[in-house]
Amino acid sequence: MARVVGGVGLSHVPSIGPVVDRGRTQDPAWKPLFDAYVPVREWLAQLKPDVAIVVYNDHVADFSFDKYPTFALGVAEHYSIGDEGFGTRPLPGVAGDAELSTHLAETLIYEHEFDLTLCQELAVEHGFLVPMNLCFPHAQNGWPVRAIPLQVNVVQHPLPTAHRCYRLGQALRAAVSSYPVDLKVVVLGTGGMSHQLQGRRFGYMNEKFDQWFLDQLERDPEALAGISHQKIMEDAGAEAVELIMWLTMRGALSPRARRIHRHYYAPMTTGMGLITFAD
Amino acid sequence: MGRQLTGPIANTSVFDLRLSRRGQRLNRLCAALCSPQERDAFKRDEEAFMSRFGLTEAEKALIRRRDFQGLIDAGMNIYAMLKIGSATGNGLYRMGAQMRGESYEQFLATRNISGAV
Repeated sequence: MARVVGGVGLSHVPSIGPVVDRGRTQDPAWKPLFDAYVPVREWLAQLKPDVAIVVYNDHVADFSFDKYPTFALGVAEHYSIGDEGFGTRPLPGVAGDAELSTHLAETLIYEHEFDLTLCQELAVEHGFLVPMNLCFPHAQNGWPVRAIPLQVNVVQHPLPTAHRCYRLGQALRAAVSSYPVDLKVVVLGTGGMSHQLQGRRFGYMNEKFDQWFLDQLERDPEALAGISHQKIMEDAGAEAVELIMWLTMRGALSPRARRIHRHYYAPMTTGMGLITFAD
Repeated sequence: MGRQLTGPIANTSVFDLRLSRRGQRLNRLCAALCSPQERDAFKRDEEAFMSRFGLTEAEKALIRRRDFQGLIDAGMNIYAMLKIGSATGNGLYRMGAQMRGESYEQFLATRNISGAV
């Protein structure tokens, strides 16, 4: 049977993409971030997951507001690299696992009543690719894991509640566990932490909130899932509401999952958090 | 769960359905900039490009002035705006500095590690 073996919560700041592509990861301003991922990559290399389910949001690259799904699951064998307005990054396309995706779709819809939008074709962008870059080294022709994108509307309100995102994670865990193939799955919850990208409050960060969120995510995710969008946006900036996607990752893990790594770095306009759990 | 949004947040725009509907023309224009051909077309003739998307005169004026806060208020989504920023040589931090009413240099001076750009 398939099982969830670990989870990672991490930020997906777009400026990390060009830093990777131009080999600037050892620049003094970026080194603290990439150094924090060295043990995480070692841990993942030992864990050898077959599939990564990446909970992320698209930033008006392959989805537009003309039709905007609340939850959208990739069900393809392959995901292309999107052009989100700055050119296509020189990365290999991402292999999916269409059989597992199909099982997840059927289980989530029939048994757990999460009525997802299902995507046979999906181009992925920084929300998905930056976490992949941080966790997994890619070769010229591919990645060391297959990946399944799970896109969440965290942009156009009304958004799904934090609680709903947490419940989706729990349903995802049950769905993975009933897949009759011996697979190891990790779940990546991406976005945030504190940041605001518009208005006079542009550049607002709140490390105290971010550290509290990490504490709660580890100790009492059920209580954390009761947080409102208003509370997150007031305390941590409007765009920090992406953090609800970390609750999907946490929901997909056992409540007793053990925290392994934790890091925080806030150089410019986003609190970049990192937390990992072994299941 | 009750309501998730309970009141205005100071100096903050909340991109909801009402704002999204108001900004539909603007956001469609920005979404088109995900194609290199369309980026070229925009750079070649901004006026023709704006007319193609049916922008109102007021919306066109905001783009001509590179008035980023005005565009946000008119319903342009921040992630859509990043594309027009990129096409006009205004990265996120330049747009942000303008929205804060600061110069780019003044804004950088407020950051923890301003080399992380």
